[in-house]
Formats: sequence, C-alpha cells, structure tokens
Amino acid sequence: MKRYILQRFLQLIPVLIGITFLSFAMMRIAGSDAITELYGGKGAVAQEIIDQKRAELGLDRPFVEQYFSWLGGMLTGDMGTSYVSGRDVFKTFVSKLPATLLLTALSILATVLISIPLGVLAAVRHDRFTDYLLRFLSFIGNSLPNFFVALLLMQVLSIRLGWLPVISSGTGFKSAVMPTLTLAIAMSAKYMRQVRATVLEELNKDYVTGAQARGVRGRVILWRSVLKASMLTIITLLALSIGSLLGGTAIIESIFMWDGVGKLAVDAITMRDYPLIQAYVVWMAIIYVLVNLVTDLLYHALDPRIRLGVSR
Amino acid sequence: MSEVTVRKQKIKKDTVRIRLILFGSLALLLLLCSIFSDYLTPYDPYLQDLGNAKAPPSAAHLFGTDRYGRDMLSRVIVGSRTSIYSTLLLVGIVTALGTAVGVFCGWHGKWIDTVLMRISDMFLAFPGLVFAMAVAGVLGGGLQNAIIALAAISWPKYARIARSQTLAQKETPWLKAALLSGSGTWKILFKHVLPNIIGPILVTSMLDIGTMMMELAGLSFLGLGAKPPTAEWGSMMSDTRSLLTTRPWVTLAPGFAIFVSVMIFNLLGDTIRDYADPKSRRR
Amino acid sequence: MDELLRYDHVDISYNGVQVVKDLSFVVSPGEILGIVGESGSGKSTLIKAAMGLLGSSGLVTRGDIWYKGKNLPDLSPAELRRLNGPELAMIFQYAGSSFCPIRTVGAQLYESMTEHEAISREQFRACAGSLLEKLGFEDPGRILASYPFELSGGMQQRIGIAAAMLLNPGVLFADEPTSALDVSVQKQVVEEMLLVRRTFGTAIVLVTHNIGVIGAMADKVLVMRNGETVEYGETGQVLNRPREAYTRLLMSAVPRLRR
Repeated sequence: MKRYILQRFLQLIPVLIGITFLSFAMMRIAGSDAITELYGGKGAVAQEIIDQKRAELGLDRPFVEQYFSWLGGMLTGDMGTSYVSGRDVFKTFVSKLPATLLLTALSILATVLISIPLGVLAAVRHDRFTDYLLRFLSFIGNSLPNFFVALLLMQVLSIRLGWLPVISSGTGFKSAVMPTLTLAIAMSAKYMRQVRATVLEELNKDYVTGAQARGVRGRVILWRSVLKASMLTIITLLALSIGSLLGGTAIIESIFMWDGVGKLAVDAITMRDYPLIQAYVVWMAIIYVLVNLVTDLLYHALDPRIRLGVSR
Repeated sequence: MSEVTVRKQKIKKDTVRIRLILFGSLALLLLLCSIFSDYLTPYDPYLQDLGNAKAPPSAAHLFGTDRYGRDMLSRVIVGSRTSIYSTLLLVGIVTALGTAVGVFCGWHGKWIDTVLMRISDMFLAFPGLVFAMAVAGVLGGGLQNAIIALAAISWPKYARIARSQTLAQKETPWLKAALLSGSGTWKILFKHVLPNIIGPILVTSMLDIGTMMMELAGLSFLGLGAKPPTAEWGSMMSDTRSLLTTRPWVTLAPGFAIFVSVMIFNLLGDTIRDYADPKSRRR
Repeated sequence: MDELLRYDHVDISYNGVQVVKDLSFVVSPGEILGIVGESGSGKSTLIKAAMGLLGSSGLVTRGDIWYKGKNLPDLSPAELRRLNGPELAMIFQYAGSSFCPIRTVGAQLYESMTEHEAISREQFRACAGSLLEKLGFEDPGRILASYPFELSGGMQQRIGIAAAMLLNPGVLFADEPTSALDVSVQKQVVEEMLLVRRTFGTAIVLVTHNIGVIGAMADKVLVMRNGETVEYGETGQVLNRPREAYTRLLMSAVPRLRR
C-alpha cells in the first residue's frame, strides 16, 4: 500500500508537468494578442512601448525558458499580476477560492443526499413504477442545461415567489440555496443513474443469490453486502463527476454573482486577463487531479482485495 | 390424483424497436425543422417592430416578442439551425478526429502510440469545461472557436475507444489472414478494421450529442460562442437575461428549445445503445 | 417409502421460453439423487426453482414441488426464505462467489445463522467451529476470519458445503459442485459431500454433467436432455444397463472418476 501511494505520487509528476505546460503553451500562443489587447482601443502605440512591455512581461525570451521561469513562479506562489487590475494573481485567486470550495462542497453534499437514496431505491424497485418515475426525472434533469435551470429557479423562487434574493449578497445561506440547487440538480440527475446502474449490477452478482439461498432477508443483503460493495464504485464515480462540477461552477457563479474563482475566471476570460485565466486552469486541474488521487487511494484502502494485496 | 397446478407468467415486452422508430422520427423532425427553418418561421426573425416590443405570448406571437419586437417563436426556430448544425458538426469532428487518432495508435503502436496516449491522458486529467472555456476565451470567442475548444477536450475519449477496438481487431484471425494475403494497409484499415469498430464509436457519439449541445450552448451563454445578432439558443438567453424579471418568456423560450432538443437526442442515443447492446436493456 | 421432496409434472419458463418440461421425481430422506445432462439441459434451473432463485424472469409455470407437505412454488418469498437454510440449502459451482467479496466468511455465516435463530456471537463461534471440525477443516478460526478470495478453489467449495450445512437442512442441492475444480480436488469435494450424508443424514440433489461424480455418489440417477427426462432409475441400473441411446452417448463421452 505504501509503495502504491508513492507510485501514484510519482505518476502525478508528468501529469502535472503536462497540465502546466499545456496551459502555458495555450496562453503563450495567444500571448502576442495580450499586448494588443492591453493597448487595444488606445490608438496607435509606439513599437518601443510594445517591445518594452513585452520585455517587462518576459515575452521576448525563448519559449521553454519562459515556461520554466513561470513554473518556478507558480511553485512559490508568484503567478504574475493581473493585466486588468494590476493586482497579484495568486493573492486574488486564493482570496476567492473559499467561496468556490464552499459552493462545491454544498453541491456535492446535496447531490449525495439526493441521488444515492434515490438511485438505490430505483435499483431495488427495478422495472416497477418507482423506478420508471425516478428514471424519467433523472432523464429530464440530464437534458436541462445548468444555466437554464439557474434562470428557471431564479424566475420561480425569487421573482415569482420572492423567497430568495435574485443575486447573492456575500456567501450567506440564502444566497447559497439557488447556486447549490442548480449544480446539485444537474449532478444528481447524472449521478443517480450511475448509482442505480452500479447497485443493479451488484444485485445481479452471484453472492446475492448465494445469500438468498442461505435464507438471508433481501433488506439485510442490500444493507450489509450490496451497498457496501457498491460504495467503492459510487465514490469513484462521484470523484469523476467533480470535473464537470468544477466547470459548471464557473457559469453558475457568474449567473448568481457568487464571488468565487469561477466568476473570477469568467470575468478574466471576457477581459482576456491571461495570467488570471492561466492560474484558474492550472489550479482547477491540480485540484481535480488531487481529488482523483485521494479517491483512488480511498478506494484502495476500502477494498480488502486490494488492501490485502491479493491480485485477482 | 389432483389436477396439476398451472401458473401464468407475465412476459416483459421489448420496446426497443418502437422506441427507435419514435425517437428516430422525432430527431428527424428536429433536423428537418432546422434545415427548413427559413420557411417555417411565421415572421422574419430579424425584423424589428418596436411598437410591439416585449409583448407577452399571444395567438399572434406564441412565445411573445423580444425588446426589439422580434417574434420569439421565429427566432427560436431560426436558432435551431445554428444550435443543431454546430452541435452535429462538433460531434462529427470529434468522432472523426478521435477515431483517426485511435485507429492510428492502435494500428501503428510503438512510440507514437505511447506519446499520443500520454497526451490524451493529459487531456482527460483536465476538468473538461474549465479547459474549453479557457481555450474559447483565448481564441477570442465565436462559434467556430467554441467548436474548436470543445473538440480539443472531447477527442481523447473517442481515441481510447477506437484504439482498444483496433487492438482487439488486430488479434482476430480474419485480420491476420488479410495481412498474410498481402492486402495494403489502407485497404485493411478501411475494409476490415473500420467497419468492425465503428459501431461502438457511433453509439458513443449518439449518446454525446445532447451533452455537446448543452456545452456549446453554455459557452455561447457565457459569450464565448455564437454572438448576437446570430440567433443561437445559448446566446439568445444571455442576451435577454435582463428581461427575466419582467418578461420571462423571452429568456426562457430558447431554454425550452435546448431542453426539448437535448431530450430527443438523449432518448435516441439511449435507444440506439439498447438496440446495439441488448445486455444494457436489462439495466 | 417415505418421501422428503417430490417434483410433480414441473414446467419452468424464462420469459415465456420453456426450459424444463414435465419433470417428476421423488427424493427420500438421506438419499442422493444425481441429475445429469449437457449444459443447457435445464438441470440447474430445476434446483433453483425449489429455492425460489429463478429471478424475476423465471417461473414454475406448471406443476408442484412438494417438500414436507409444502408446495414450494406457491409459498410467498418470505415463507420460502425461512425454509432456505434450515430446510433447503445449496452449493454453487463457484461457491467462492456465493459470498460477498468484501466481507469475511465468518461474518456472512454468522449473518445467515442470525437470520434464522437468535444466537450470540460466542454461540455461533462454538457452533461453526464444531461443524467445521466435523467436516475435517484444520483451522476453523483462520477460515472464518478470511475473505472468500483468500481461500483456494477447493477450500471455497468445501466452505460452501459447510455454509449449507450450518442449519442442518433436510435437502442439499448441489449445482455442479465439482465442475470448476481439478480432478484431485474434485475427489475431496465428493468425499466431503458423502461425509455430510453419513454424519447428518442429509438428502442431496446433485446436478452435474460429470457422470463419474454421479457414479461415485448417487443412489438414483435422472438423465435430462433439453429440459425433458430421458431416463430415471437406480444408479447401478441406469449406468450399467442404460435403456436409452442418449444415456450411452453421455457415458461414453465422459471419463470415469474412480472412488
């Protein structure tokens, strides 16, 4: 197990280098634009000023050198300054991160609370009315774009019923309800299907028949064996869906004016504030990779087959 | 001796054929609607009528009118062309690109396979939409760039499927026979490999149409896709967001259009998967 | 002659497709009945029907399965569950996979027992320990603490038998119990089942395609083909003087296992 953890950490290095290099290259390819953007709409700017600015931003040095100096900066928390506000990118980013993490955590919590019980219920009531109803609802949820859900919720909950504020003020409970709900609806719809499929697959395994033959009640088989065995897959699937959640937060944060990194990124993208976009992409990727790593390790810690080192 | 007991068994009917016909025709209807959208609109979707601006839904204007008095129903119908075309184009590009890379990797093997697969790992390690937003942002928005951005994050999945299928094909006796008989590489790839691996790939792309449509609309909603005045559902919604408080129909009508289209494509995708893989029907 | 289990003109269908046709036989207490046939002849379905393990798509569409005065196909799932364990038990072809892979064997045996009688963990340990010792296991404590995948194939099969015997059932159904094993291990499992009958007087319904195993164990034989009875009678009679061509064919196809 210790060797496995070490191995996984070592595997992480090329992935992280790849991710950072990819983000860096992407931004640099558009980098010449950044200068034009910076001075765009300000009339003709002398070539000297442009060159000077390029030198200042380090854009005149060789590509790989630029990458390593940027990577070095990243590791020490120096991610440059925003083209637009002139503020330190890392500090700005870190100050907005808690709001996003809060929203993400709330949405995951809501998703888990909604979809695991419903997914299990649908699997247990396989091909009966409850199953059909839940599948139908999940189908609808799967076909709703999250920004549409956001606007629908706004229209109904705030404008029509007046229960909640239209845009969030700060990160209080009332402001968090709609963004959380929006993200949880889309995620639950997808996740419920996966939970159902996982539990169904588990229910069709031989050990269920075995337990039935020993006269164990269906309820007991479900709670003690099937759910325990399904949890491994269910946790992994949850971690995998965090990737789409991270992307989803960007749109939802900017719709509900939730002051997190997602909104920061959307604003930065609109303004072409490259250092900020870069920071966002790299950090989101790192968070995603780390979440996957933790899940993978958790999976290994929970499964006795792997924990005891029996390969099968 | 007593009579032998008889018990009646309920047999579940297999509805996959009926569903295939039903959802297939709905999808076809949607496609026809987008192809002939110009002839189906009750009004000119770009014609402004300021005297009749922001009118609520009525018999004359089923979805009401927007702030310039343009008929929303006509705009939604015309929007179907941009939204559906660009989605299908995107799915087509991703499928073709991913399949090409995957077949090449699987067939060629060696270092090129390793390199390309490491690159696809890298893409899979990214949270997809985050990356797409950044790419679209860097490229400067526009429908074309949004398609490029989404294609950039979506190909690895297809490459992996195509690669593993190609590897499996390489091991089959008929392919070994074809190789021994000295058929050319291209002939083998197109006559023997591709027809045998295309099934699972096409099923995957059918299942992805709905998601891609939502992602494309999402980028447009953020201003990173189609730009006004082009009628596209996502951008129409962000364009009219300020009217949500007072004239919700203007903002929500394109949303319902996205919802219905995505739903139809999802239903069709699921049905095709069930049809292609009878085992999944039990799920 | 007293009877324990009687199949009376049984038809079984899966999704409207008939897999067992008009099958009848009787099993007395302590008797071993061997059911032999090719794979797909419906023999496994036959014994699953008695224990209500056909799943949602399978059904006994005609006929009765009588056990101690109860008609099994007409019992409610709850009533049938109460019989599974103390009255009817089963050994599977892959007994290892009849246990949940992420729980220990002991935990699952304890669970099976508590589903039928109030028993403390200590009582269970003593009871399971003495059963395993009677069945010739060397280190019961270690086996109960193991996960199924930690045991060898033969050991999994033997623990499957022990699990089935936990509540001393009247009938033991064995579904190809030796088919997944090496010949040397097959012999151990056959011995184990014979020991079970000697020790507990349990009737065994043994389903297999291996005529050798039948010859080594069964008192009576039923030969099946495509869901129908080909031949039914005393083992010595059927195997030494088969009346049907199909039985002769089956016998010539399989090597014999000597005791």
